[in-house]
Amino acid sequence: MSFPWLTVLGAVPLLGALVVMALPRRSSAVPKQAALAISLVVLVLTVYVATQYDAGGGMQFEEQRTWIAAFGAHYAVGLDGIGLLLVLLTAILTPVVILASWDDAEVGRWSVNAFFAWMLALEGLSIGVFVATDVFLFYVLFEATLIPIYFLIGGFGGPRRSYASVKFLLYSLFGGLLMLASVVGLYVVSNDAESGPTYLLSELSQLEIGETTGRWLFLGFFVAFAIKAPMWPVHTWLPDAASEGTPGTSVLLVSILDKIGTFGMIRFCLGIFPEASTWATPVVIALAVISVIYGALLAIGQNDMRRLIAYTSISHFGFIVLGIFVMNSQGHAGSTLYMFNHGLSTAALFLVTGFLISRRGSKLISDFGGVEKVAPVLAGVFLLSGLSSLSLPGLSPFVSEFLVLAGTYTHSVPAAVIATFGIVLAALYILIMYQRTMTGPTRAGLEDTPDLNVREIVALAPVLALLVILGLFPKPALDVINPGVETTLEHVGVDDPEPTVQAPAEAKGAGQ
Amino acid sequence: MSPVFGEPVVNGLTALSVHPAMQEAGHAVTPAAAGGVFSLTWLVVALPAVSAAVLLLGGRTTKTWGHLLGCATPIASFVLGLVMFVELLRRPGDDRAVAQSVYTWVEAGSFHVEMGFLVDQLSILFVLLITGVGGLIHVYSIGYMADDERRPRFFGQLNLFIVAMLILVLGADYLTMFLGWEGVGLASYLLIGFWQHKHSAATAAKKAFVVNRVGDMGMALAVMAMFATFGTMSFEGVSAAASEASEATLTAIGLLLLLGACGKSAQVPLQSWLLDAMEGPTPVSALIHAATMVTAGVYLVTRSNFIFEGAPVAATAVVIVGLVTLLWGAVIGCAKDDIKKALAGSTMSQIGYMMLAAGLGPAGYAFAIFHLITHGFFKANLFLGAGSVMHAMDDEVDMRRYGALGPVLPATFLTFAMGYLAIIGFPGFAGFWSKDKIIEAAFADNWVVGVGALLGAGITAFYMTRVMLMTFLTRKRWAKDVHPHESPAVMTIPLIVLAVLSVVGGLLLLGGWIVDWLTPVVGEEHHELAVSPWLLTLLIVAVVAVGVAVAFVVLVKREIPRTAPVKVSPFTAAARADLYGDALNEAVLMRPGQYLTRSLVYADTKGIDGTVNGVGALVGGSSGRLRRLQTGFVRSYALAMLSGVALVVLALLAVNLG
Repeated sequence: MSFPWLTVLGAVPLLGALVVMALPRRSSAVPKQAALAISLVVLVLTVYVATQYDAGGGMQFEEQRTWIAAFGAHYAVGLDGIGLLLVLLTAILTPVVILASWDDAEVGRWSVNAFFAWMLALEGLSIGVFVATDVFLFYVLFEATLIPIYFLIGGFGGPRRSYASVKFLLYSLFGGLLMLASVVGLYVVSNDAESGPTYLLSELSQLEIGETTGRWLFLGFFVAFAIKAPMWPVHTWLPDAASEGTPGTSVLLVSILDKIGTFGMIRFCLGIFPEASTWATPVVIALAVISVIYGALLAIGQNDMRRLIAYTSISHFGFIVLGIFVMNSQGHAGSTLYMFNHGLSTAALFLVTGFLISRRGSKLISDFGGVEKVAPVLAGVFLLSGLSSLSLPGLSPFVSEFLVLAGTYTHSVPAAVIATFGIVLAALYILIMYQRTMTGPTRAGLEDTPDLNVREIVALAPVLALLVILGLFPKPALDVINPGVETTLEHVGVDDPEPTVQAPAEAKGAGQ
Repeated sequence: MSPVFGEPVVNGLTALSVHPAMQEAGHAVTPAAAGGVFSLTWLVVALPAVSAAVLLLGGRTTKTWGHLLGCATPIASFVLGLVMFVELLRRPGDDRAVAQSVYTWVEAGSFHVEMGFLVDQLSILFVLLITGVGGLIHVYSIGYMADDERRPRFFGQLNLFIVAMLILVLGADYLTMFLGWEGVGLASYLLIGFWQHKHSAATAAKKAFVVNRVGDMGMALAVMAMFATFGTMSFEGVSAAASEASEATLTAIGLLLLLGACGKSAQVPLQSWLLDAMEGPTPVSALIHAATMVTAGVYLVTRSNFIFEGAPVAATAVVIVGLVTLLWGAVIGCAKDDIKKALAGSTMSQIGYMMLAAGLGPAGYAFAIFHLITHGFFKANLFLGAGSVMHAMDDEVDMRRYGALGPVLPATFLTFAMGYLAIIGFPGFAGFWSKDKIIEAAFADNWVVGVGALLGAGITAFYMTRVMLMTFLTRKRWAKDVHPHESPAVMTIPLIVLAVLSVVGGLLLLGGWIVDWLTPVVGEEHHELAVSPWLLTLLIVAVVAVGVAVAFVVLVKREIPRTAPVKVSPFTAAARADLYGDALNEAVLMRPGQYLTRSLVYADTKGIDGTVNGVGALVGGSSGRLRRLQTGFVRSYALAMLSGVALVVLALLAVNLG
């Protein structure tokens, strides 16, 4: 077996978490620096793995060992295009979050060491989730990610942190329970087959599952992922959780952990239950379109910036789920890219509003006004992050959102038309927030608001740079995504709809 | 039917007209690969993009030289555009479309979009207008913004505006065009809100962006429909296949494109942002109204001629929108005392003329573009002139506080007068030629449209004469401590250049040049009037003369009060309130929207969340349990459960991996 790169990627931050925890608690600087260094090592390793990744080569860097033979469970990991993007997202955002959260842990219930250790643990577990190719291993890691986030919210959050963290935990455990039922069901189904019990994705995807059984098992997975994503109407845990954690925690939660939901839909729902997934399409599309509009409308009505961003994410997750279930190349490529882009864009928004909130000690939009005049760099960063969230062309979320919409249009014109209203609502929720906080005469008490400091700028700069670069040149990401999309759609057994009018072949694409 | 103007004779195949085969081909876009100077097309866009990035990131560190860089790059792009234009002139008519593909922008399945540019007879005229007039506005801004400590940022945002507009007109694909389309929206948002410490500026900026997004939604859906129908969104691909699509599809796409055009070009019903957009510094207004932004809708319709050709209903809708807007804007222009708002009303109205012409199809496209160019000259001239007046009058915009400024600001007065004569269509001036052609084409199409366009010319003459009289002539009505002074040369020289262009802009029509030039792109169709064109021209001049005379009678004979009279006719009141466009938006969209949002927020916390919490309480048997849930009892239980799971898993791991 070749060098176990993926195990190393997951193990380094997990071991790092133990190291940070074990460091002396006298100085708060040492654990921070150690955590940052460890997360940067992970980033370097991930980038190296990415350079070794062969875009057309399917599942790579595979490792497999039998874990519990009686269940057919394996320690099996591997990396495909979508996994690579999400691992990269995790590896990029963790150091960004650590740097941005430098001073956020001092007031927590527990030590600074604990805060950064839990962040590293979360990074390790998330990477594990994105590379797991065994359903049982995935399930265990999926549940395990709840632990760090629970402690991060409950230990370092705002005044309603207990309520928020328990609500998050109960929702997640409920979803996890349904998934557990399906995981057990899969064992039963695969045990009946000749090959004996197995949890390996590669084998489950080839398994013949009865229609009714398949649909029930699909539902267990899907509901768990829909809660995680989160979709309307199982979304209400997110605004509380995202609003009560520290900004960094919210980034890890919304930008990375929630992606497990949509990632799981593609990998497990479509991968193991293609028939049931196609069967569920109309209902899921309806729920996704409702999420797009509902999340956006709710965002417009918020006065708490953190809750506002949480609701925008519900709208964005609506787009992602929509793209997955319209079942064509544009939708899938768009959704996969959207997961990455939404991670960047939401991270930028959570962090920059976090910087703003820390300057006044209030999350309420109505407590701000005219900040642009005293902190122009902060305002500029805020605006750029906001513009990425409203999917302005030229910034990366536009490419993914438009692909999703174009894919939706070829599948269902009404769904596309309704979802497109989301782009007007997005302009409203971002620009109203920007106007009320940043423009107008500077409010009393804000005259001496300091602008972003060097640490804050350094933390955000890579995220903003990626938003611009991938907006104008998304090819590197799409090159990784497209082969996987083809494989998935082939597996589900759907073809892209043909254009209704065929343009003469030689005239396709200008200047070619 | 009109007794004077009979049924129009629509017949394009006269001796002068295009080759029949060409007309049948539906004016497909078939560009050649870029070579020679055209391999530098990307540079036209990249130059101002680089300076925009430098100025916006550099901020105040670029204070001493930022404005020079900001001016240099659009001018360099202009020179490059001019070289390309000359090169195109040397080529034969059917060999003037050149495409350059820089790299693949988006690719997913059959969805393929190149970051590519198309230089042809249509786009090169826009490039010259955008960078030429835009460049003059940049130079003017050196003086106008001299005292603003954020001048580098202003120039960075002006450059961004130019970049976005260049991408819009040069993009070889509807999606690339959409990149510029929304980029223009962003640039206008930034510039309208440049003085965002004022609530009114920030609100106007947001309104412009949001209203534009409503239009953009139409544009986006049109692009999706093109992808679903043709499998491509490039001008080349769509124009080649458009004639194969059903009329219903083309009509839907055409109407969606029209919605997009209404947003950018401030046409009814998406006109409301334009008047508020005056909150931006005056050079911004000049840029939005003359060289960029509002012309985008006209460009879109003209460029999409292959869609509208097969969608007569959509084309008629374009004519109606244009006609309504040209009258709507003109009426608003009559009632405004704010010089910039009066000019803004006139922009709406003039763009209405262009839309009307574009809606007429091949009979009107060339005249729409012709009027767009001459309008670019004289409207930039007028706005920059208004800026010069404001500069002299301590930023006063109320024309009731002006009067008798002619002798004090001679250069501003004389240049403004050239723009004035051009816009009202004084014989020989640029606007005379271009507007005359549109009214002629309108009459040839339908006498109702013709009469509307004619009436618009009369109203234009009235309100522009009113602006002229109230500002430069009549009696002094200045505030006490105002000491008007002529603007510096850096501001007056661009004014003089634009004034000259306002006078001679009609030369573009010499020998029918602009019509012949654009024919390969938009086709040609001769209209024939039941009466001699000379007679119609005389009629137009007469109507304009009446408009001017009425303004003289109303304003010169009477004293102009320094504050606007409150008791006015319902007509004036309606015009002052922008014909209740805002009130309508507020009643139909804004208030119901706010109500919906508020109720949803309530329902989300009390309804969905309440149900979940309530069920939890019910299962527990009493609401006391709910409180315990929040105080930590259940939490420790859940935590214990979770830790248990984790322990079991760890043990399993240890056993099996050990």
